[in-house]
Amino acid sequence: MENLQRSSKKAYALIVRNLCVYYDQFLAVKNINLNIERNKITAIIGSSGCGKSTLIRSFNRMNDLIPNTHTTGSIIFEEIDILKETIKPVKIRGRIGMVFQKPNPFPKSIYDNIAWGLRINGLNGNLDNLVFRALKQAALFDDVKDKLDHSALSLTIGQQQRLCIARTIAVKPEIILMDEPASALDPIATLRIEDLMLDLAKDYTIIIVTHNMQQAARISDYTAFINMDEDQAGYLVEYGKTKQLFTNPRNQITEDYITGRFG
Amino acid sequence: MAREQLDKRIKKLRKDVQTLESMVRKATQEAVHALITRDSKQAKKVYLNDKKINKKRFQIERDCLITIATQQPMATDLRILASLLEVSTELERMGDYAKGIARINLLTGGKPILPPMNDLVEMTEITVDMLKRSVKAFVREDAEAARKIPKEDDKVDEIFNKIYHGLVDHMGKDPESVNHANHLQWAAHNIERMSDRVINICERTIFIVTGEMHEIEESDDEWNLQ
Repeated sequence: MENLQRSSKKAYALIVRNLCVYYDQFLAVKNINLNIERNKITAIIGSSGCGKSTLIRSFNRMNDLIPNTHTTGSIIFEEIDILKETIKPVKIRGRIGMVFQKPNPFPKSIYDNIAWGLRINGLNGNLDNLVFRALKQAALFDDVKDKLDHSALSLTIGQQQRLCIARTIAVKPEIILMDEPASALDPIATLRIEDLMLDLAKDYTIIIVTHNMQQAARISDYTAFINMDEDQAGYLVEYGKTKQLFTNPRNQITEDYITGRFG
Repeated sequence: MAREQLDKRIKKLRKDVQTLESMVRKATQEAVHALITRDSKQAKKVYLNDKKINKKRFQIERDCLITIATQQPMATDLRILASLLEVSTELERMGDYAKGIARINLLTGGKPILPPMNDLVEMTEITVDMLKRSVKAFVREDAEAARKIPKEDDKVDEIFNKIYHGLVDHMGKDPESVNHANHLQWAAHNIERMSDRVINICERTIFIVTGEMHEIEESDDEWNLQ
């Protein structure tokens, strides 16, 4: 097992090189090259089926859970290519966490939802401080401090999603991947998640897949636009600062997509 | 078409800006004509009609804001709408210049027009022609045409300087005319400012097409403070 401990600060949180992801023979994501900036929010946008989720899932080897998937290229995290077979995916997922579209709390207490991840990562003793810290960072503590023993399923959908974020950050990852984290939420809960993301970006690198271009424009520092080629493989059209991409994209395909002329 | 509603709204707003331009152009020509012919009735009409120009500008601004709020434009669409707001403001200010000339006309009512002011008609014709073409280039997103128009401002400045020095000479020879000549000089100055604002419209056209905000250098920047 290669050393996945925190190394000295590097310019990029992730360096993706020539990444291709196949489902059986089908090439879903083609030749992606990206440098993900540390402690910034990077949004991945693109039309349905273009490979955004496939791409983000490859960043912590979640695609390994899908049968007959294989990945080529490299993803460098802390100077290590995490696609190497010798790297255990479960170790990576502790350092590169993921929040999904639909909140998926465990049918356990609010407290245990956070403590569970800490326990399986070998943290013993009094977990209270770590649980409280994660709940506070996820802007949920004040909502739940008097009912930590209640079922997580009793929370609102927005609170459940913040609980899932708290669960992710409890194990102190470097990177948080978010796959449409607000698409199941109402506008107020969405804005709370967005505020939370902006706050979390001080300590974490965040990569978010979103269908909502306004959301990408509101919260991200960098945006990557993925499009499908004629064989339906997702490829990177344009990647750059969000301010530039949404006001004056360099590529006509990006222009057509963000102005709603296709997609 | 994917953005039919947005495209329709932008098309309508472009027409509105062209309408506003023609209102401003007409007001300017009438204000200058009334000044030269000492027609106080026409001057009063121009003065009062400025309210219509202001009203049109507010309608454009309101429609731009509604379009931005409801259509969430991005990239070129966003630049077009931001520029429509900017250009409608420029046009409204030009309308104020026409109103200012009408006001000067009413203030100087009984006094004759001084000879140096004879060139004001030509200066005005050049300026309103620049204005018309600048707005045409704007609605057509014709950056090439927009780049050419500002050079014509040199001729406007040249005529303005001629009027200015002519009026200063006149004041020297006839100190009693200082107040009157000064009023007339402001009328010429308003047209000169109008041609400067035409350049701002050209800059907006280039911004829509290229996404880059640059001030077009004027050749009369004699101060050269950089």
